Amino acid sequence: MSNPAILVDQVTVHYGEVLALDAASLSVEPARICGLVGMNGSGKSTLFKAIMGMVKPDAGRVLINGEPPAKARKSGGIGYVPQSEDVDWQFPLSVRDVVMMGRYGHQGFTRRASKADRDAVDLALDRVELSEFANRQIGQLSGGQKKRAFVARGIAQGATMMLLDEPFAGVDKRSEATITRLLKELAADGCTILVSTHDLHALPQLCDEAVLLMRKVLMHGPPEVVLQPEHLAKAFGLDVLNRELPGAAERDLPGPGVANQPGRI
Amino acid sequence: MDLFDLLLEPLSYDFMVRALVTTALAAIVCAVLSCWLVLIGWSLMGDAVSHAVLPGVVLAYIVGAPFALGALVFALIAVTLIGVVRNTSRVKEDAAIGIVFTSLFALGLVLISVTPSQTDLNHIIFGNLLGVSVPDLIQVLVLGVVAFAILILKRRDLTLYAFDPTHAHAIGLSPKRLGALLLGLLALTSVVALQTVGVVLVVAMLIIPGATAYLLTDRFSRMLLIAPVISALCSIAGIYLSYYLDTASGAMVVLTQGAAFAVVYLFSPRQGLIGTRLAMSRRRKAAALAA
Repeated sequence: MSNPAILVDQVTVHYGEVLALDAASLSVEPARICGLVGMNGSGKSTLFKAIMGMVKPDAGRVLINGEPPAKARKSGGIGYVPQSEDVDWQFPLSVRDVVMMGRYGHQGFTRRASKADRDAVDLALDRVELSEFANRQIGQLSGGQKKRAFVARGIAQGATMMLLDEPFAGVDKRSEATITRLLKELAADGCTILVSTHDLHALPQLCDEAVLLMRKVLMHGPPEVVLQPEHLAKAFGLDVLNRELPGAAERDLPGPGVANQPGRI
Repeated sequence: MDLFDLLLEPLSYDFMVRALVTTALAAIVCAVLSCWLVLIGWSLMGDAVSHAVLPGVVLAYIVGAPFALGALVFALIAVTLIGVVRNTSRVKEDAAIGIVFTSLFALGLVLISVTPSQTDLNHIIFGNLLGVSVPDLIQVLVLGVVAFAILILKRRDLTLYAFDPTHAHAIGLSPKRLGALLLGLLALTSVVALQTVGVVLVVAMLIIPGATAYLLTDRFSRMLLIAPVISALCSIAGIYLSYYLDTASGAMVVLTQGAAFAVVYLFSPRQGLIGTRLAMSRRRKAAALAA
């Protein structure tokens, strides 16, 4: 029997006093596109961090293709597309420089680029249709192009699994369609894709399956089922008539610990 | 006296030659490091570490150990303390940095006041460019070359760490280790610059060149070239100025770098204040014409 691409097994994570994930379990088969839906503070980012091994679960385990995340990281299997707010768009790097960073895991001590590295970068840029913008400073791209640049980084890396944090935030309709098409092509090539979003309208076209997250996995199934209003109500703490459920306001507060979380020293 | 003589005259003194070599070296190493510090937003950290190494340097002097060793130990202590105060109390990071580095700096001053042969140690605070001895020069040379070599060899990893530590982690690198490497190099570089401008002004050499270069280019690889070139030129100019104007040499070096930043801030083609204002008014006029 083959292993799932992503297996999250009863994972619990605390940030100090704040419970970010509560025995969350999730299994995604290879080459699937899975949408992770939940409001801010529902643990989407924490789940990503747990999958990448950036936070150590208090309980439970994560396996990538049946192996611990550290092994998947070393082999360059995990590609990551950060959300826009987490990127310094003024950083003096060109699009090509950023995509080349996908190759660092394949390079030697000083990360000197070989012909193979440059070819991989060119191919990746071509694939996301950014070749003509390769020498632009990254901040001088449109919202959708920025996302595609980071997807290209994952492609150049040879990632077999891609994690995208809010890929549709600040992206116009046309770019959204381009990104959706691109991700579907990647999945058709065997890449497993996990997309986190609180933006629901783009999900049915993109995803094979959807997951409702509210510290634990409330529901996992086809998007058209998961995204039904009565199910969403549970994840977003609202009932169908948009009245707030008891306790929802409290849940909405990001814990004091969340802002100081690791990621940066 | 023509310009040539003006430039050559100070070189007839050995102490001036040593001063120029030491400064140029320190300026180059600090400038290279500063490119990462300004992009990560570690300027305050640079300030903290460069001050906090003082007790380490004094203790190293007392026991006869290399200054760099004492500095590294105290840089580590400072960073650890800052992390502990920030993570285990409600005090925010900038306050934690302020508390730790001023306290350690004060400890250094106290140690100096109780250590015999105070003249030597006071030079650590304000620098003693014109009194650089041959062993001092050798120490700066060795530390400077080591720090420079590591920075250049690991530049791509450090840039990745500065830009996207999450990706660094995702491809199997350790952001923690890269951050620690950068802090270690910061401590080492602080020792190099102590000799020239002193503890108090080291931070200028660790911030101004990177910030100046950042206003001149959109490519990090070019920043790594522009920053050290500007920094070295300014430092040498500063020393000549201090020679002819008979002013404090370390301070003059920093003042020159500050002046260079001001010029770039105003006149940089793309990022400069005047350039961007002009472009804005041109756009406005064009829009008015079109309307």
